[in-house]
Amino acid sequence: MTQVAAVVEGRRNEEADLRVVPARFVGRWVAAVAVLGILAMTIYAMFTNERFHWDVVGEYLFAAPVISGLGKTLMLTGISMLIGVLLGIVVAVCRLSSNPILSTAAWAYSWFFRGTPLMVQLLFWFFLAALVPTIGLGVPFGPELLSIDTNSVISPFTAALLGLSLNEGAYMGEIVRSGIRAISPGQTEAAKAIGMSRLQTMRRVVLPQAMRVIIPPTGNETIGMLKYTSLVIVIGYSELLTSVSIIYSRNFQTIPLLIVAAIWYLAVTAVFSVGQHFIERHFERGFTPMKGKKPPTPGTAETVVPSAAEPAAAQANEPELEPTK
Amino acid sequence: MSEPMLRARNVHKSFGHLEILKGISLEVQAGQVACLLGPSGSGKSTFLRCINHLEKINDGELWVAGERIGYRRSGNKLHELKENQTAKQRAAVGMVFQQFNLFPHRTALENVIEGPVVVQKRNKAQALREGMELLDRVGLADKYKHYPAQLSGGQQQRVAIARALALKPRLMLFDEPTSALDPELVGEVLDVMGSLAASGMTMIVVTHEMGFAKEVGDVVHFMADGQLVESGSPTQVLGNPRETRTQAFLSKVLA
Repeated sequence: MTQVAAVVEGRRNEEADLRVVPARFVGRWVAAVAVLGILAMTIYAMFTNERFHWDVVGEYLFAAPVISGLGKTLMLTGISMLIGVLLGIVVAVCRLSSNPILSTAAWAYSWFFRGTPLMVQLLFWFFLAALVPTIGLGVPFGPELLSIDTNSVISPFTAALLGLSLNEGAYMGEIVRSGIRAISPGQTEAAKAIGMSRLQTMRRVVLPQAMRVIIPPTGNETIGMLKYTSLVIVIGYSELLTSVSIIYSRNFQTIPLLIVAAIWYLAVTAVFSVGQHFIERHFERGFTPMKGKKPPTPGTAETVVPSAAEPAAAQANEPELEPTK
Repeated sequence: MSEPMLRARNVHKSFGHLEILKGISLEVQAGQVACLLGPSGSGKSTFLRCINHLEKINDGELWVAGERIGYRRSGNKLHELKENQTAKQRAAVGMVFQQFNLFPHRTALENVIEGPVVVQKRNKAQALREGMELLDRVGLADKYKHYPAQLSGGQQQRVAIARALALKPRLMLFDEPTSALDPELVGEVLDVMGSLAASGMTMIVVTHEMGFAKEVGDVVHFMADGQLVESGSPTQVLGNPRETRTQAFLSKVLA
């Protein structure tokens, strides 16, 4: 071992004045120039073409109905995702349950809500009154104690919420299930062995780890949901796209107003992406141990003078482990 | 004679049609270190998992410190215990796994206090103090903030031992605790186990470490094909085995 170290050291001294020349990548430069060129042309075309009507875009970007629509879109997205995620956890746990009735019911739920168009589901909830004119509370198959008109409960908002969150629950169920299944059975056993109940095991051991797998597709779902909310235009709930469409149906500035909506959708997506990054980092705790520890590059290795007492080979064998802060 | 820490009577366990345990009967006295030896597939690990009720036995009976595992007897009926009662029984028995199974999203100290705080609902400040003492006992007090992925295999297994001890168990089960370790890390784990044995802990150890069985073990049980073949002192079973099955195994292992 010391002999090898000595040889390495000898070579290094001998060739100390050699300079490293990085390889050149001509293709990269060509590609970069091409991409930047196309980008510049697009931007130029967009801002010199008067038919884009940027002045109209500017006029309506912060208009009251647009902002109120944006608020409703955000609220619908937030509540639907929240209910969807909670439903998804329940569906996933039922799917993985050893009770055949529960797992079949969960499967059937996913099958139905993933298998019919969201638009149909939204219309279905909105026109629920046609099927069930009154909603009653009472003894199953027995007398009714309280009865209310379905139309008074099902507003465009509740119909939108029901449609979006029930649909989302079916998709989230599959995402959560994949996350739970990614955790090794050894984790569950270790939790059991220290006396945890099944609920504690799920809450403290399995789900926090499953989150690593669950978060990225959930980010996708959230961004998807942001735009699926625009489907509620069919039941007349005035979210962002509906508000914009009401305006352009009056002033016929269709393209500029659609650009207004697109700008807001893009802006919110950007914020969501940043949020996702931080959530991912939180659940990454304990899984990226060597962060920031890079192997020495040839350039820096030359400046290190290996001392006789501590050969470089021994140092390389035992990397310092730093706790992540 | 006082109640044995573990009493197993005619324990059977099958997975489908495959019978893994074909009637195991043995006792482990309080303070004893019992080593279970045998070829892989002989049922040693399964037996250990039955003691902790991680596997349900098909026939026979198991008692830990006089308490029947997994069932409650009333008259001539055995009622299966509810989940929370089983969990309580499990918490009284510490278990160390071959693959460590530390919780990767929690630091070494958090792993150790998880049982006392979450399961036993003990005071957190006190659990933290005791957790640090336990980490110190396994020689890892300075690594309390490290996540499992930042520790070597041997260090992870020592944290796992501390985690099991945190519940103040009466009995410790070790399921091949050094089999997943690099050879140079085996020693540090066996040292911790040795000092634990010296402190009077009752231990049942499934192991392939003949040296450990010889030096630390009070009793050695040799299992093969789901049956207990031979029991005795380490010097007798390892040095002068009576059964041909034991002799055949040892000649291969010690060769």
